[in-house]
Amino acid sequence: MTRRFWVFLEQTSGVLHPVAGELLGVACRLRSEIADELEESGDDAIVEGILVGHNVTDLAQQAMQFGADRVYVVDAPPFRHYLNRPYTEALVSLVKKYEPEVFLVGATTLGRDLAGAVATSLKTGLTADTTKLEMGIARKNPNKLLLATRPAFGGNVIATIVCDSRQPQMATVRPRVFDMPPCATKVSGEVIQETIEIPPEMMAVEVVEVIAEEGSKVDIEYADVIVSGGKGLGNPDGFQLIKELADELGGVVGASRAAVDGGWISYAHQVGQTGKTVRPKLYIAAGISGAIQHKVGMQDSDFILAINSDPSAPIFEVATVGIVGDLYEVIPAMIESLRERKGARA
Amino acid sequence: MIHQLVSVKQVPDTTNIRIDPETGSLIRQGVPAILNPYDAHAVAAAAEWKEKLGGKITVITMGPSAAEAALRECIEMGADRGILISDRKFAGSDTLATSYVLAEAIRAIHDEDPLDLVLFGKQAIDGDTAQVGPGAAVRLGWPLITYAFNIREINLDQRYTLVERRTELGIEVIRAPLPAVLTCEKEIAEIPYAPLPQLIASLQYEPELWSAEEPVAYDVTQIGLKGSPTWVAKTGTPEQHQPGETIDVDEVGVKQAVEDVMKKMLANNSVVSVLEG
Repeated sequence: MTRRFWVFLEQTSGVLHPVAGELLGVACRLRSEIADELEESGDDAIVEGILVGHNVTDLAQQAMQFGADRVYVVDAPPFRHYLNRPYTEALVSLVKKYEPEVFLVGATTLGRDLAGAVATSLKTGLTADTTKLEMGIARKNPNKLLLATRPAFGGNVIATIVCDSRQPQMATVRPRVFDMPPCATKVSGEVIQETIEIPPEMMAVEVVEVIAEEGSKVDIEYADVIVSGGKGLGNPDGFQLIKELADELGGVVGASRAAVDGGWISYAHQVGQTGKTVRPKLYIAAGISGAIQHKVGMQDSDFILAINSDPSAPIFEVATVGIVGDLYEVIPAMIESLRERKGARA
Repeated sequence: MIHQLVSVKQVPDTTNIRIDPETGSLIRQGVPAILNPYDAHAVAAAAEWKEKLGGKITVITMGPSAAEAALRECIEMGADRGILISDRKFAGSDTLATSYVLAEAIRAIHDEDPLDLVLFGKQAIDGDTAQVGPGAAVRLGWPLITYAFNIREINLDQRYTLVERRTELGIEVIRAPLPAVLTCEKEIAEIPYAPLPQLIASLQYEPELWSAEEPVAYDVTQIGLKGSPTWVAKTGTPEQHQPGETIDVDEVGVKQAVEDVMKKMLANNSVVSVLEG
């Protein structure tokens, strides 16, 4: 028997989403966690990528560089733009044909739209926004299962979810939650073209127009430096100062849910359980109290500086260093210090 | 005349949940149960379109009897009919089972009084899964538009809707035939202030109660724990971090505080790599 670990290879306009690489890394690790079972049973296990689109076959190579042993490609005009129905149909058909054990999908806008539909069509379990994945024994099941851990209740609770009665065991994972695996330069692997018939009635929904939006391209998930502001800014104009510091550091602007809910800045900037998960090298939280739902989205940053006038603010619990003080005094002083440093180097 | 259905959920206000520092358990006492905020905006959107096109709004929720309060809130915003789907047999339902329960209820309502539009909030703030709306759409076989933030047009003669949704690439304008299923962002509509007669009517409103047998005879193998392939193996509280050092501006002054922080930042390889890069 072959135990299959599947990863959906999300792409848009022929560009592979980084989360696909991250998930291939996870799938390879999960496979290694059942090595003992494989040895005992004589089964083998394989990491496979699923690529759907039009003129996208070249991307299979990249997936193999990140660890895919094999890539199934559905490459045809109906899949040029993402649409829920045809993509669901493609994935459901392939799952029924190959019966994977585990199926991982990025928790992006596209991935969440798709995974829910696929899991329901297959009548299987799906765990959303997982932050930890491992293969382990649960409830006297003879074989190891996917143990999918995720935050719930706004991040106040961490729950491990198991699906033992149906397959595949599905999970979505946000970008940036797991590391990008090393990228091999030379790869071997197999590309298998699949044909999926899409009847015209499945194309009843159409994308009429795509409007590029100011601010929607803030790519906070993959930024190295993020300076975030919260309600402690006192007013929406405070984000100008946040932006100034972010610019000085070559970073981007983030925000707490409170600031976004208050209409001070757009949702694209929101960090946390209901926003984006980020893991920059430097995260500066200014005027953010540090509600648990914010912390779960940024606590894995390499270096966290918190600036808050309230010494008991929970944000200090996750900060590498904290400054208790008025952000309107501290940030200008930081900007000045950074500029002096630059001047000295020049 | 348009018939819209909104599926809502009553949730604990997660912004008010606290962890007991002694026991590490969730303090749910005194945490208010609220209408899921995204759902409230979906109801508001339905009310706006009812205003424009005439017609009616049916609201459904699955939950304990206390969830009636959420339905009353929807009536206050302009919904006409509220249905509470409640039965102990539903207890333990995961997202797959929940989507079955809701989809069957929606189908029953549609058979009796055809629907044009079904709205869900984009996700519930307690589970944050965003899976139930898409699941119900698949079961109904109706077009799904997730992350909708603006309904541009509903054309009842030509049976289509134009909806704007937000993705990582920008705004997509989607055209879908009716009936369609939308999951909604908060921007879909502002919460209205209820006129007094509506407010009074909502207070007196008694929602219909649907059980696992009546009027929909649910397949017991697809509901509750039995119908839920996922189960919770373990729960816990998030890892406690070792807090770092704090520097108090009142004690050392701004200049010194910033200088100290800069020193610490420059002693960190990650920070140095971005600052020097």
